[in-house]
Amino acid sequence: MENPYLPYPVRIDDIEVATEDKSLKTFKFVFLNEGDEEKFAYQAGQFAELSIPGVGEIPIGIASSPVEKGFVKFTVFKSGVVTTHLHQMKVGDVMGLRGPLGNWYPWDTLEGKNILIIGGGFAFTTLRSSIVYMLDPANRSKFGNIDVVYGARTPGMLLYKDELVEWEKRDDINMHLTIDTEAPNWDYNVGFTPTITEQKAPQADADTYAIVCGPPIMIRFTLPVLENLGYKNDRIILSLENRMKCGIGMCGRCNIGKELVCKDGPVFTLEDINLTPKEY
Amino acid sequence: MKVIKIDKAKWASGVSSLQGTYKIIGPAVDGDAHNFKELAKGEEPDFNFLNTKLSPKSIVFPQSEKMLEYSVDENKEDHHIMKEVKKDYSPRAVVGIRPCDAKAINLVKMNFDTDDYKDPYWLKLYEATTFVGLACDKPCDSCFCTSTGCGPYNEEGLDILLKEDGASYVAKALTEKGETLLGAAGFSDAGDEAAFEAGKKDAEAKITSSVQTDKLKDFSTLDLYNADFWEDLSFACLNCGTCTFACPTCWCFDIQDEVKGKDGVRVRNWDSCMFPLFTMHTTGHNPRGTKEHRVRQRFMHKLKYFVDKYEKGIMCVGCGRCVNQCPVNIDIRKVCDVMNNHVPEPVK
Repeated sequence: MENPYLPYPVRIDDIEVATEDKSLKTFKFVFLNEGDEEKFAYQAGQFAELSIPGVGEIPIGIASSPVEKGFVKFTVFKSGVVTTHLHQMKVGDVMGLRGPLGNWYPWDTLEGKNILIIGGGFAFTTLRSSIVYMLDPANRSKFGNIDVVYGARTPGMLLYKDELVEWEKRDDINMHLTIDTEAPNWDYNVGFTPTITEQKAPQADADTYAIVCGPPIMIRFTLPVLENLGYKNDRIILSLENRMKCGIGMCGRCNIGKELVCKDGPVFTLEDINLTPKEY
Repeated sequence: MKVIKIDKAKWASGVSSLQGTYKIIGPAVDGDAHNFKELAKGEEPDFNFLNTKLSPKSIVFPQSEKMLEYSVDENKEDHHIMKEVKKDYSPRAVVGIRPCDAKAINLVKMNFDTDDYKDPYWLKLYEATTFVGLACDKPCDSCFCTSTGCGPYNEEGLDILLKEDGASYVAKALTEKGETLLGAAGFSDAGDEAAFEAGKKDAEAKITSSVQTDKLKDFSTLDLYNADFWEDLSFACLNCGTCTFACPTCWCFDIQDEVKGKDGVRVRNWDSCMFPLFTMHTTGHNPRGTKEHRVRQRFMHKLKYFVDKYEKGIMCVGCGRCVNQCPVNIDIRKVCDVMNNHVPEPVK
């Protein structure tokens, strides 16, 4: 019997400060044992438990993409016991990784469709994974137009800036970057994510899906905008967060109604979410 | 299906002879009540009880259990690498489990044994255990098992069903595991199955308390969730968690790391949906931040979410422990009836 609680041993291969306030760092892990990377095969949108012996575990969305091989990346906000400890760890340190966990963005359904991605703040990690996946030469032709609205408070709070700049230059993805208020040397949009969505996002049609990830306040003001643009609830895809322990649907705390965020989610359509209690 | 008659005079020696092969876990006096414990050599299960104070779920789901171990000593080559813990999964038999508690273990199995994941700790203990049930001829006033898809002679989840019959026990072997145990104990006299039929009828007639569950599956989840009765039903609750600890079908758990010196273990402990920390996010946001939320979660889980998810009825076997032990007399029978008789607001 495979033990789903036993993490794969990993080594921290690289640590990058991800935002100007240093509250987020991107950790690159490599697997210690041969074969574990293959066992960890994942899809964009899934998460994993970062497992620090002696400290605990924390569920975090996978920021690297299935098309990137040899490592797994997570961008982590320093907030609780485990993430604060992780932020103090060094390159070369050994810890555990358990997963991949949860479902993913519905890539089969999304094939042949136009994709609108809306992200805010540091909830851009699995969206980054998704964009890298879609832009991969082997995959780009499977999708129609790709639009990305991504907002942060300031330019320095945007994640993955080098990649954002590169994507801006491409003609097969429409980037709509935004910050909350004017800043020097900022050549893109200014305004909250919902406002920029209203101005820049494509109108809905039967072949367009929106994937939305961000803080609750952003989601609350973005959903009415999408409705005005004609997006139906089954075309709006969200990724939820809840407190988790096991990550495999057994420990009982992350449920919204009968759905378990860790196992039946974290990805749900708005249509599905509207049928469940709002306990997230 | 083999039926065996066991003379009470031969019972003790039979159980005792099992102790070479099995650990025997049975009811024993524990303070002011009975609870299940591992019996010493020569110690007999004490059948002079109605039901135990705590359910025997801890036999397969210990209240606190080591999951993994590791060293945080950086001088060791394998420091910070998690390893399986060596555990004892030798055969054991729980002798005298009530049919309701055995059914509860079967219900909980659906949580720990899924197509996607198997919980190795729960399942290995489950597989190592032979369940020897004791039919209830004297149900408690608070028992309502006959309306929860269970009953005083229910066989689900059992390997053997025992019943007292004057100077002897009659044992029905329900599985191969059960037959093996009876053989190992040296019990082989043929018994009469008719004893079970008569006993079952009498015992069921003694259960007068019941719940109504027929309409639960037809409600929309949100109709019940948004119903106006939750404030009233949860008003007296202290969120003490007694109901969840006593309940044979409550399985929620927490996972924690503990380090002593340089040696660490990852453990799991029973947890409870009654506790605010159970769901609190790191930000301080709590999706079930009030006791009303938490009480609603417990009953909705048992009486609606579980019903919809598995289509095996409610997640309650009618053992009555929560009814008896709740310090403020919250009664699941009343809650269940209120839910079942709910009249949703007409759609405007």
